[in-house]
This record gives sequence, structure tokens and C-alpha cells, in this order.
Amino acid sequence: MNHITTGAGAPSRRTYAIYLAVTLLLATTTVLPAKEKSMSIQVRQGQLRSAPSYLSRVTENLKYASRVTILEEKGTWLRVRPAESTKEGWMHTSALTKKKLKLSAGEANASTTVSSEEQALAGKGFNSDVEAKFKENNAEIDFSWVDKMEKIKIKTSTLIKFLEQGDIKPSAEDAQ
Amino acid sequence: MKYMTTFILAVSLLMLSGCETLDMIAEGFTSAAVATGQITQAEADSIKKSSSAIGKAFDKLTPEQEYYVGRSVAATILSSYKPYDSQAANEYLNTIGQALALSSDMPETFGGWHFLIMDTDEINAFSAPGGLILISRGMLRCCKNETEVAAVLAHEIGHVQHQHGLRAIKKSRWTGALTTTLAEGAKNLGSEELAELTTAFEGSISDITSTMVNSGYARKLESEADATAIIIMKRVGYNPNGLKNMLLEMGKNLSHDKRGFAKTHPAPSDRIADIAPLLEACGPITTQIQRTARFKKTLGNI
Repeated sequence: MNHITTGAGAPSRRTYAIYLAVTLLLATTTVLPAKEKSMSIQVRQGQLRSAPSYLSRVTENLKYASRVTILEEKGTWLRVRPAESTKEGWMHTSALTKKKLKLSAGEANASTTVSSEEQALAGKGFNSDVEAKFKENNAEIDFSWVDKMEKIKIKTSTLIKFLEQGDIKPSAEDAQ
Repeated sequence: MKYMTTFILAVSLLMLSGCETLDMIAEGFTSAAVATGQITQAEADSIKKSSSAIGKAFDKLTPEQEYYVGRSVAATILSSYKPYDSQAANEYLNTIGQALALSSDMPETFGGWHFLIMDTDEINAFSAPGGLILISRGMLRCCKNETEVAAVLAHEIGHVQHQHGLRAIKKSRWTGALTTTLAEGAKNLGSEELAELTTAFEGSISDITSTMVNSGYARKLESEADATAIIIMKRVGYNPNGLKNMLLEMGKNLSHDKRGFAKTHPAPSDRIADIAPLLEACGPITTQIQRTARFKKTLGNI
């Protein structure tokens, strides 16, 4: 750290240069997201819905890593148009990322959504290959119940009925 | 000296911004400093490196990677705790859990939210990254109604939403090639890379499970999960006082059980004290016939 204080030039000019550099960078980074109109689906199965609510109907299922164009923002929901379809619908922001995602090698839809070059880049990070190796090294760890619990799915209609029958609804001020 | 103070101030301010921004700023900041002759390239590289280390390493994980971490954490825990194989009870738990998770700030995870009961008297619960949540029968016995079950689940959802599990991964796991590979490197995964990644993966799973099973999270993180639980419960329409009531019951039950929560969590009385200001406007829990009936039918004899 001491070296930083011993360069050439007046300290005030150096300070100014640093502040300027930092300010410009901050300005750039805050402007960028506004320009981004396209996002990727970062969940295994993206769901396009008829309204900005989980209690609304799913109109289409979208593939992992596929792109959508953002049309409108409403709270934590976005109205989007999928690249692979003309239908518009709503998705929650947590299902989307600004990053361009790569499909893992061997994914069923790999050939339809990414180029062969992108496929070659796929399969990095903690993925099914790493899990397979982990299982190989730790044979005593059984994944069967993890697979089983992942299959438990609650339908939207079941959920609506459950909430209605139990008279569970947020008070007006807590609703989102 | 004045210069150094400025530097520290600038860097400190920047630490408030996100990880990626921090990296970018470090890059631009140090380049500017090199260009104006204030620091050498070697020093600049060192600054860049340490700024990256300061940034939250787990931010580099995509939801898909978080999902794979979560699966192995859950499988590791389920090798010590047998699942409770009751379809009705597990479906009931998943229905309440789903309603809560969808009202969290992280309603969608790569593989979705899933809940499972562990067949043990021990009072315990685990939340694996990505939304695989395990609740013991002992824990469910601390709940006298559906609202209190919701409180337990909402607390665990809070841990996942704030990625507390991933925070338990030691910084030393995130070094060198691993960080590059996780942040989308340029090569395909070779056998050497796979072996290196698997070592880091095993280390990460071990860091998370040992924190969950042995040492527990810091009180600050438990408090954060409780505060989040209250927000989520309000959004769904469950009275957050359920959390307080459940903690009171847990306090009684824990006096006979020194395992699980007694070891890894702050005392229920401390947690109640922490959440008290958040519950001021919440009235008592009102009973509702259908809710009471389905709770008794499904978990009454858990």
C-alpha cells in the first residue's frame, strides 16, 4: 500500500484522476442494465404465465438458457416475448438472468437453441458430470430420495384450492 | 497519507456495490492508476486479485450450479437421517412450502422448491441450497397448528433465499482455476479440470453440511432467516405470531434434547427477543376449521 503514495505528480491531481475514473465507471455500470432488453431463462423449466401472478395459468413452458425479450416491467414480474415463440406472457424476475447461459453437454435441447461452438463451451462448473464423479467417490451417499423429493410437484389448482379452503389470504397491506 | 486515505475510502465505497461491479471497478481503477504512474503493473495485479477475493465468491455460481450443490448437500444429510415415507404428510408440507416459497424473493430456483420430512425425534431442519428443505418429525412436533408449520418452513426458505448455505463454503475453495472455470472459462471440461472441480465440490459440500449439522450459522443469519420468515408469512396470509408460538414450544422441547437445534441455533428465547419488534402489530392466531382439520389429519400424530 505504501507504494501507492510515492508516485509522480501532485496528490490532489492523482486523487482527482482516481475519482474521475471511478465516477465514470460507476456511471457506465449503472446505465448498462437499462439498455438490456433481452434475458436468459436460468431455471430448468421456465413458465410463461397469463398474468403477473403464480396463481395465473401457465401458457407455455420455456427451455433453460433460451432468450426472451423484455416488453414491460411490473414489480418483480416481467412481460416477455420468447425468442422461440410469438406468444407473450409474464415471468418472474427470479427465473431470468442477464447472463447468456450455456447448456450442459448432452442436454436434450442443446442442438436447437445453441450453435455447435456454444455447445463446445458448455458443461463447465458444478454440473451433472461433477455430481456423477462425486457419486463415484462417495458411493455411500444415496441420491434416490433427493430424486424422489424433486418429483413432488404441487399443481397451481391444488394450491389455489388449499389456500381458499384454509381461508389463507394476505391482509391488504401485506399483499404482493 | 492523504492519498492512501482516499484510496481506502474509494475502495470501501466500491465494496458496497456488487461483485461483478467490484471486479470491473478494480480493473478500471487500477488501470487508471497504472496509466498515471501511481502504481506499478505488479501492484495493480495484486489489487485486482484481492478485490476479486473480497467479492462474494458464491455469486459466481449460477442457479444451476447452486442446484447441484444443494442436491449433494441434501443427499449427504439424508445418509444420516432416514426420510419419513408418508405421501400425505410430505404432500401437505410441500403444499404449504410451495405457497410460502412462491411469496419469497426467490420464488424460482433451478430445480424448484421441495420439502421432505426426516424420520427422527431430534428437533432439526436443514435447507440445502436451491430449495431442498428437510424437516424432522421432532421439529414438526413443536408445531401445534398449520401456521406454526408454515413458520418453520418460512424460516428455512429464508436461509435458502439469502444463500446462507453457500456462504459456509470456505474462501480457500474458490481459488485459481476453480474460480475461472466456474465463471465460464474458455475450455471444455477435461478430466483434470473435472477432478479439480470435484475436489472443490466435495470440499464445498463438506463445508456446508458440517456448518448445518455441527456448528450452525451465526445468530445474525438466524435472525435474518426469522425476519424473512415473518415477511413471507405476511405475504401469504399466515399470522407471523406462529413463529413465536413455535419457538416457545421448541424451547420447552429442547430442554430434553441437546441434539440438533439445541446445538446449532440460538436459544429460542433469544430468537423470540430478536423478532419481538417485528411482531408488534400482529394479533393472536385465529383458528379456522378446515386448517385445523387438515393439520390434525396429516400431522396430528407425527
